Amino acid sequence: MSRHVLSLLVEDKPGLLTRVAGLFARRAFNIESLAVGVSEIDGLSRITVVVQVEGLALEQITKQLNKLVNVIKIVELEPDLAVQRDHFLIKVKTDAATRSQVLEAVDLFRAKVIDVVADALIIEITGDASKCQAFVKVLEPFGIKELVQSGVLAMGRGSKSISEKISK
Amino acid sequence: MPNEVLTGAQAIVRSLELLGVDTIFGLPGGAILPTYDPLMDSKKIRHILVRHEQGAGHAAEGYASASGKLGVCIATSGPGATNLVTAIADAHMDSVPMLAITGQVPSTHIGTDAFQEADIVGITMPITKHSFLVTRAEDIPGVIAAAIQIATTGRPGPVLVDVAKDAQNQKAEFIWPPVIDLPGYKPTTKAHGKQIAAAADLILASKKPVLYIGGGSIRAGAHKELLKIAELTGAPAVTTLMARGALPDTHPQNLGMPGMHGTVPAVTALQKSDLLITLGARFDDRVTGDAKSFAKGAKVIHIDIDPAEIGKIRHADVPIVGDLKEVLQELNAELETKTKGKKPDLKEWWEFVNGLKTRYPLGYDWPDDGMLSPQYVIERIGELSGPEAIFAAGVGQHQMWSAQFIKYERPNSWLNSGGAGTMGYSVPAAMGAKVAQPERLVWAIDGDGCFQMTNQELATCTINDIPIKVAIINNSSLGMVRQWQSLFYNGRYSNTDLHTGQDSIMIPDFLKLADAYGCLGIRVTKKEEVDAAIKLAMETNDKPVVIDFVVGKDAMVWPMVPAGLSNDEVQFAKDAAPVWDGQE
Repeated sequence: MSRHVLSLLVEDKPGLLTRVAGLFARRAFNIESLAVGVSEIDGLSRITVVVQVEGLALEQITKQLNKLVNVIKIVELEPDLAVQRDHFLIKVKTDAATRSQVLEAVDLFRAKVIDVVADALIIEITGDASKCQAFVKVLEPFGIKELVQSGVLAMGRGSKSISEKISK
Repeated sequence: MPNEVLTGAQAIVRSLELLGVDTIFGLPGGAILPTYDPLMDSKKIRHILVRHEQGAGHAAEGYASASGKLGVCIATSGPGATNLVTAIADAHMDSVPMLAITGQVPSTHIGTDAFQEADIVGITMPITKHSFLVTRAEDIPGVIAAAIQIATTGRPGPVLVDVAKDAQNQKAEFIWPPVIDLPGYKPTTKAHGKQIAAAADLILASKKPVLYIGGGSIRAGAHKELLKIAELTGAPAVTTLMARGALPDTHPQNLGMPGMHGTVPAVTALQKSDLLITLGARFDDRVTGDAKSFAKGAKVIHIDIDPAEIGKIRHADVPIVGDLKEVLQELNAELETKTKGKKPDLKEWWEFVNGLKTRYPLGYDWPDDGMLSPQYVIERIGELSGPEAIFAAGVGQHQMWSAQFIKYERPNSWLNSGGAGTMGYSVPAAMGAKVAQPERLVWAIDGDGCFQMTNQELATCTINDIPIKVAIINNSSLGMVRQWQSLFYNGRYSNTDLHTGQDSIMIPDFLKLADAYGCLGIRVTKKEEVDAAIKLAMETNDKPVVIDFVVGKDAMVWPMVPAGLSNDEVQFAKDAAPVWDGQE
């Protein structure tokens, strides 16, 4: 199995996400993460999907996605030629005794506290998957009450954009 | 001049007329009622009222497959729409250009579990090429035009347009031609020049090439180009279940159908080949058997309009994405230049293939029980009807025998449910074909099981003067399932006896059923009655004809490669595998 990050430029039409997710499900492709939002172009959305595949399946996934009428462009983002970021929100148990240790970890990882109550903190962290996961590991002993993550966001390095090559 | 203002319903009818639709199969209901009103006044569109929406769907498929044009069906929301689902799935598997229009509850009611509400766009998402939900009247012309463009171009397929009832009732300016906005839809039709040259080189270097011709060749209308490449290469050819008729059966290079019930020469030529020239075919499991052991020694040229078919099952050494007709024109020109009129020398290969043809011809034995042979019946239907007729089969043994024992000489003369294997396809598909090609003789060759799934459309045929001929190959059972039970389940016939044939209570009595539907009913139980019945059916054109051919239930389809096994295991009769002269 190998991990691949695909970036899709799609028309922002009702049911679009169902079409993409449904395609993965019915063709038995595994989605590791999926992130969707508007792009820099009106009416177009950007989907970042991380897949785990064996052998030639990646080509098949790309071809099948390309057949979806609302999919305009697909690029695979190679790890070396792209930035990849995860965004985590973590609610961690704290008390007077542990708070300073947690804050120390927040500093070390360059994370950020965004909500404070007497017995808990909400912390946000952005980074590649390994950094975020390492941070979660560090917090685990204190007691993680809740964890939410964004799915991978990715973008090719350099000045070129995914939408440049589409003929309008 | 200002644009005309039309209701959404009128816009649907007008758009269809302007896009050349002349026939629609359908059945009205609450959510599509607004559209049925202007449909009544259309001078250009003939609407044929079916008895079940599945019939409308298969009729649209039959219409499309017989004519090469778009087939159109229409139904109401909820159960009307879900009754189309089987036919839509069928059209998707067999790449049939089809437009399905469904009514939807008013947009204000969508999502409230309203009466007769079903999310048909969601339900059909995996089985359509694309789908649209329309909630505004002004979107209708653009959506209808886009739907037809998608359905009929590239790899054809079914497109669903679901129109909310309020969008049918609203008024909007009718702007024509509409803007078709499909930035993500650009089928590749023209091949890459380098690939054409590479394909030609492989072909000329091959000692054991086979033209592996699939149903895409028929959808592409590439039969002339097929004849040409057959002539230029001199290679043996096989025509898959979906491609019967793409190359004439009388063509000396045509080895017939490959696959699970293919001829021994077709199956074996593929297995022993060193080059598969794959033309609009998709390496279906019913063709390849165990894919890992399929044609192991062969390189592959794969030409298909759908890039996703290339490399899906089998790696292609030379992949070519494009319209088969255009690609073959280029490839033929390249071959002509490179061969300079000299055919490749395939003498040894043909000696091997001809040996197979001599030793393992397609044939059948008369049943021991003295009953009528189903293969004989089907063979005679083909012989007496001739190549200009259209034959639409159901699914099962009778379908395989029809593919084997009728000789097809032209594309679009053989209609069947190949990918989906939909029992009940035959009668409504034959109906649609007869509407598309009224001057042709159209047979529905059906099984007693299949026939009971969709025979209500005989009412549609009788009332609308669509005189199809139905041949029920009545073996009183779900024959193909029974064959597998005979071969693989020790003859334990679990739930396959239908009690319609010889020595049974014959429920239903197909003669009475034919009579009830206003058809001419004929029953045939003896060999000497077969020709007379077929001739009477061919002469009877004031009503549909149903012939109940009461045949033996023990006849089996041979040759056969048992499911999942290698095609090396082909058996030409029960417990009889070909002998390979110690070559293997």
